[in-house]
Amino acid sequence: MSNLLEIQGVSKKYDKTQALNDVTLSIAPGHIIGLLGPNGSGKTTLIKILCGLLQPDSGTVLIDDNPVGPKSKAVVSYLPDKTYLDEDMKVEAVVAMFKYFYDDFDENRANEMLASLKIDPKSKLKTLSKGNKEKVQLMLVMSRRAKLYILDEPIAGVDPAARDYILRTIISNFDSSASLIIATHLISDIEPVLDEAIFLQDGSIKLFKSVDDIRAEHGKSVDELFREVYRC
Amino acid sequence: MPWNLNSDRPIFVQIIEHLQIDIITGVYKPGDKLPSVRDLAAEAGVNPNTMQKALSDFESTGLVHSERTSGRFITNDDNLIKELRKSLVDVQIEEFFKNMGKLGFTGKEIIQLVEQHVEK
Repeated sequence: MSNLLEIQGVSKKYDKTQALNDVTLSIAPGHIIGLLGPNGSGKTTLIKILCGLLQPDSGTVLIDDNPVGPKSKAVVSYLPDKTYLDEDMKVEAVVAMFKYFYDDFDENRANEMLASLKIDPKSKLKTLSKGNKEKVQLMLVMSRRAKLYILDEPIAGVDPAARDYILRTIISNFDSSASLIIATHLISDIEPVLDEAIFLQDGSIKLFKSVDDIRAEHGKSVDELFREVYRC
Repeated sequence: MPWNLNSDRPIFVQIIEHLQIDIITGVYKPGDKLPSVRDLAAEAGVNPNTMQKALSDFESTGLVHSERTSGRFITNDDNLIKELRKSLVDVQIEEFFKNMGKLGFTGKEIIQLVEQHVEK
């Protein structure tokens, strides 16, 4: 089976800062991967390159055998770390917009999630709390039947009960031919959901291993190993 | 409610332990059908691939077996379940004696303390 994502020798520099340094990795379909690293380690830069929002200085990226472009973007569902929706829109209008915009958007799934999260489709985005706004955006992204989901800090502002719901939604909804990359600092919350963890440090991959291998080899959870590796 | 999988040990090992307890306490009865991998994974709050691995490993003990296309079932063999209960009891007792040993008690003293505790 060919890989869903192939990254070959990708580097990116901002002025004098080396944000990514010769990153090579591949991800098979059906995997949930945690992209972990301290602030400024290159997580968001890598994600933006995968989504075509930044150009790498060197190296290649293939998603579902296509270089980053319209074809790859059609199969990537991306949750950015900042909101980009018009706050004056109602939730139902945003859902309609996504349905119009994305062929793979599943409106029923979106409405089910809204009901479970007790969010009124008639409310305007700006009247929602920070956490509820995040839930709406995550719900939109997860309602697409994409091949690669990329979530940048998806659960930071969400209460623990909703976090459980969201993680359960991710587990039960996503197709076994799809993969999901989650960049987050809340490692212990998402750890049981991950197949593999990637540790980024100063733009390079320090570790890329299955969560249970990490636990078996180090006798530690990924969260504890992270705290040890990146001790300040 | 996700399962309590907080220990640092591999997650699939903790899933197996959780299922063993469920079998002994009768959450799953002999011959019961287990939920699908995906449903169990969602219930436990774990990755479906990890659940799959745990269940395949668990099958090697004979306590569950899969029937092609129809799913996984708990064994009907009462002896296997009795053995499982006994092995878990042994683990608990060993752990208890080890911890009491750390507190400076030896075999007879520990048994005395247990009897006193039960009488209270």
